[in-house]
Amino acid sequence: MATTEISVDRSDYVKRRDWRPFRIGIYYVFVIPLLLIWLVPIFMTLLTSVRSLDDITLNGPFSWPTSIELQNFSDAWTQGGLSHYMRNSFIVTIPALVICLSLASLGAFALARFRFKGNLFIYFTFVGGSLLPFQILMLPVYRLSNTLHLYDTYWALIVFHGAFQIGFCTFVLRNFIRTIPGEIFDAARIDGASEFRIYRQHVLPLTLPAIAALATLEFTWIFNDYLWALILVQRDKLKPVTTGLASLRGEYIQAYNIQFAGTLIAVIPTIVLFIFLQRYFIQGLTMGSGK
Amino acid sequence: MAQTTLPAAAAGAEARRKPAWRNTNRLTPYLFLILPIALYSMWVIGPMLYSVWMGFTNSDGISQQDFIGLDNYQRLVKDDIFWTSFYNNVRWLIAFITVPIAAGLSLALMLNNDLPGTRFFKAGFFSPMVLSSVVIGVIWTWMYQPYGLINELLAKLGREGMPIGFLADPNLVTWSIIGAALWRQTGYVMLLYLAGLKNVDQTLVEASLVDGASRWRAFKDIVLPMLQPVTVIIVVISIIDALRSFDLVNIMTRGGPFNQSNVLAQMMYIEAFNNYNMGYGAAIATILALISIVFIFVYLRRMLRDELEY
Repeated sequence: MATTEISVDRSDYVKRRDWRPFRIGIYYVFVIPLLLIWLVPIFMTLLTSVRSLDDITLNGPFSWPTSIELQNFSDAWTQGGLSHYMRNSFIVTIPALVICLSLASLGAFALARFRFKGNLFIYFTFVGGSLLPFQILMLPVYRLSNTLHLYDTYWALIVFHGAFQIGFCTFVLRNFIRTIPGEIFDAARIDGASEFRIYRQHVLPLTLPAIAALATLEFTWIFNDYLWALILVQRDKLKPVTTGLASLRGEYIQAYNIQFAGTLIAVIPTIVLFIFLQRYFIQGLTMGSGK
Repeated sequence: MAQTTLPAAAAGAEARRKPAWRNTNRLTPYLFLILPIALYSMWVIGPMLYSVWMGFTNSDGISQQDFIGLDNYQRLVKDDIFWTSFYNNVRWLIAFITVPIAAGLSLALMLNNDLPGTRFFKAGFFSPMVLSSVVIGVIWTWMYQPYGLINELLAKLGREGMPIGFLADPNLVTWSIIGAALWRQTGYVMLLYLAGLKNVDQTLVEASLVDGASRWRAFKDIVLPMLQPVTVIIVVISIIDALRSFDLVNIMTRGGPFNQSNVLAQMMYIEAFNNYNMGYGAAIATILALISIVFIFVYLRRMLRDELEY
């Protein structure tokens, strides 16, 4: 009797069957308001984005909108330039994603499956590099992109993100490949398969879950990048949605409704991705945090 | 893990018996690695080293780049903006290793159950993490305005007098920006702790409770020590993130007013790309990187220890 009493008390740690209705009630009464407060900035953004400017100045941020102005969204999309900023973000993100994932998966295979001189050193260089503050790379990367005539083109961003993200992707994929049982490789080797065939026919399909997780995460990171877009792309025509949004903000300084409509449009891709691929996203992040 | 290392060793033994195998084996890893290494060296490792060199020059990005020894560093030590920025980075760092860890751990403990709706709550607390820093900057700048969300709310709650200048008051501005950053960081830390809690052996906790340990003691003496490895990783990652802080400062205040919210990364950006003091900027970047590298090494050393355990 006493034991059940106590284990009921430990509700935080134990499984659902041990929860008493009372405690469950407390849990919801506490968590739901907390979450609502946590998300206030997002609700207010939603609310403000559909209001007219007069309504905002007249009634302050806390009143209900007097009218729903969907016009704000089309203004941000067309005049604000969000339509091409969005397009640019996709043009940059997708090829960069392909570059970093494919190259990292090749490298990760070698680092996970072969014993050779410098293995750990190379692996640690990839991991360490991915943790550097960006400022240490800024000036040389800016120059290099100038020298190679990539500066102020999509390619500057594609190549840089593609290269930089190899570090983190190699880290995650290498650790993932190491969990694949070695028998699979040995069997293939005995059958006379070349190492590249082993990689393509056995490793690649098995690492797909990890690649999916990484792709979701990396998509968000590259899509949300602000700093490199600031440094490597000048022309408004080529700006991705992050620096684009910053310019839109400069144009519509006090027009929070337009700014917020633009903001909401800008977050749609990553939010949609997060909603549908949440599991992968979270896996990607926790895989990266070590064991 | 032994499972995977044993066959690998066996494969190595087999390779030793057959010379032809060994030959292919020796080159193959490098063939797989050549492209990633080439690209990474060109855009990450090379630039890092080149920055260090630039820090010893007077480069202005156009006409000159002469070696001037430690001049940039001597100038830095006397530069008030450098010390303000450095001090602000320390504030970021302290905030990042305290608030998100306490709040993230509390959230994780609270949400570590499978009641209906919990998945959704987790996603909710975590959602700021998928927003870009520009989006967070735009939203929070508006919230901090004199007639923005927070001031209006305080007024509604009965606060009187002038609105608080969250982004204008030199004493407040850095903390205000950090506030926005914490909103994002906390969900991330929560997630890492939730992953960490999965590895905590529940039977141990339950056993201690059966033995009459208090709820707090079970947490302090069993759960917390088991979370220690995760905590170390989180602290190191948080420090590295705090040193990287740039986007929000650049978007919300550009380091103002009067550099009071400046951080090293933003100072470097202004020196290098606004004032064209590229040599000086590179020196700031080098200092920033050196501080980070200390913590990156802590992180890598931990990883190395795990590696050698295999």
